[in-house]
Amino acid sequence: MKRAVVAIGAFVLCTSMTAAMPAPAGAENPVIIAVVNDQSKVYADLSGQGTVAAVHMAVEDYGGAVLGRSIKVLSVDHQNDPALGANKAHELYEQDHVDAIFDVPTSSVALAVAGVAGADHKILFVTTGGTDALNMGQCNKYTFHYGYDTYALAQNTGKLITEQGGKRWYMITANYAFGQSMLANFSNAVKSAGGEVIHNDMVPFPNTDFSSYLINAQAMNPQVIGLMNAGDDTVNAMKQINEFGIKKRMEVGIGLLFESDIAALGPDYWSGSTITVGSYWNLDDKTRAWAARYKKRTGKMPTWVMMGNYSAVTQYLDAVARAKTDDADAVVKQLEGYKFEDVFARHAYIRAQDHLLIHDMYVAKIKPASQVKEPYDFLQIVKTVPGEDSYRPLSAVTCHL
Amino acid sequence: MGAGYLALQIFNGLVSGAYFALLSLGLAIIFGMMRIVNFAHGAMYMLGAFGAYLAAKYLGLPFWWALVLAPVAVGLLGALFERTLIRRLMPLDPLYNLLLTFGLALVIEDFMKLFFGTQGTPYAMPAGLSGVIDLGITVYPIYRLAVIAISTLVCLAVWFAIEKTPLGAKIRAATENPQLTEAFGIDVSRLTTFVFAFGVGLAGLAGVLAAPTTNVTPVMGSDIIITTFAVVVIGGMGSIKGSIFTGFIVGIIAALGAVLYPPIANTLIFLLMAAVLIVRPTGLFGAPEGQR
Repeated sequence: MKRAVVAIGAFVLCTSMTAAMPAPAGAENPVIIAVVNDQSKVYADLSGQGTVAAVHMAVEDYGGAVLGRSIKVLSVDHQNDPALGANKAHELYEQDHVDAIFDVPTSSVALAVAGVAGADHKILFVTTGGTDALNMGQCNKYTFHYGYDTYALAQNTGKLITEQGGKRWYMITANYAFGQSMLANFSNAVKSAGGEVIHNDMVPFPNTDFSSYLINAQAMNPQVIGLMNAGDDTVNAMKQINEFGIKKRMEVGIGLLFESDIAALGPDYWSGSTITVGSYWNLDDKTRAWAARYKKRTGKMPTWVMMGNYSAVTQYLDAVARAKTDDADAVVKQLEGYKFEDVFARHAYIRAQDHLLIHDMYVAKIKPASQVKEPYDFLQIVKTVPGEDSYRPLSAVTCHL
Repeated sequence: MGAGYLALQIFNGLVSGAYFALLSLGLAIIFGMMRIVNFAHGAMYMLGAFGAYLAAKYLGLPFWWALVLAPVAVGLLGALFERTLIRRLMPLDPLYNLLLTFGLALVIEDFMKLFFGTQGTPYAMPAGLSGVIDLGITVYPIYRLAVIAISTLVCLAVWFAIEKTPLGAKIRAATENPQLTEAFGIDVSRLTTFVFAFGVGLAGLAGVLAAPTTNVTPVMGSDIIITTFAVVVIGGMGSIKGSIFTGFIVGIIAALGAVLYPPIANTLIFLLMAAVLIVRPTGLFGAPEGQR
């Protein structure tokens, strides 16, 4: 028994050490990139190890080397803890000589890591973290916001539902950086489309029981219940919205949703709702081919942010190649204003003024289970919205890099 | 905000209290008999929910079967842990078992993550209970009425069994003085295993009841366990009555918090805990050691 405990302890120590082992300096001098995300808690399935696999795929597709140097991938679990995320990021940049960090879900952690990237003068691509503070008030020269932001979600989902008649919104908001940013952007979008927010509940994050809020919402008789949260919170809220029979009587405005959330309950719990995504595996032949390769590798289907991370790594490596160095300032110069197309990002460019990826966004309706033909075939794309119409216009950008 | 509306919110608080009551009751029984704070309780709750999911998926068993079988399975697993691990640390400082059960909780949670990830697995509302009833102000799910009925019945039955039956008398005797009870020819060792299994079985039952209304995911146990510990502390460690009563009270407080000022909904419970600890360190229903 004692030996078993010691063995388990030793194993745990070893595995946690390999995750943070410094790169052997000198001899080979690889280009090192790192994934920092949630690998054990509520956002682990929408990104987590799936993103790590997508990043490895990007590196292999790039040939495994750039500037004649090999590419090394590290990954760290930030456990949705801003302090832990910031510490790990600093360690990666300074001790492990990591050139760029990718992904960083959970807006509060993303903001903390962005602060580190700015201070350490090292590159960061936030893909899964959504708050628009990353490209507004808390932007910096070394941080790129890549894939979606809360403004773009509100601009599409929020506006569309309001324009289609959902004028009175009752908001249920997760009380942290992401939820607050969602609430602000959705409220603006709803108002600009002629609607109003009649009530908002600032719900502690994370939360599993939404019944009190749902009773309150019904008493106020809104047309739309807006879920300004993500992941497990959204899933629990939606499960209870179905339980209360609310879905039949009101529209549910889901702020942010991933394929993994839909799978958690099954599509019938979500069907009919309108959402906005940055891409989708079943968009066209290009995405389908990519998803097939991803599935062959991992045995699972990708979420759209995993595809986003694949794209971010590819574009980063390409920028290193163009810059002919991995020096952060030189790479930033190559990325700013760069126009491109890839499997994830269409009609895309990285806006120089706020380092935000401007690309096509997609408004989708969630299909009922009866129309789902294969695993993860959840969405019916109803509208492709050009980047200029999705993201904050240049005139409203307040970021000073 | 009308009186009817407030009454409905308070009633709804009783429903979330029903889960807390079942969970803290299990903790209280285990603590009363063994002086162990079972940190693996949340994991057992999660296993109960997964038991219902697996029974439906692989055996085609409906909710009502799961309601009986999953807690039994969780109880058997608890008995195994008690016999093979917890028992060995009983002679030592209770801290060792606290660490052991905490470790067990981590291992169980990660083990489930290996197979099911963290996103959650679908578990539908049982067919007969899926509707809603119109209460005028709002409609209310029938299932929640069933939850409160089942939980209240089970809590009362457990209280009755411990206070009024011969088996309960043996358990109380063994809690009071194990050596003397043994001298009367009662197998205290087997009784201890039974009590631990029964306590975690109650957690499993709460898990099955939660499966149709919450996302069934390996992390669901660690979400609820902290509040449950607060319930146990407020009610008084090891007090049966205290844990049941406080479970429901905490449910109501959380619901009222959510109505009046949502950001404080969770904090309110811990404020109450702090207040109780200052005024009555042994909890609302707890008696100082030696006087129980």
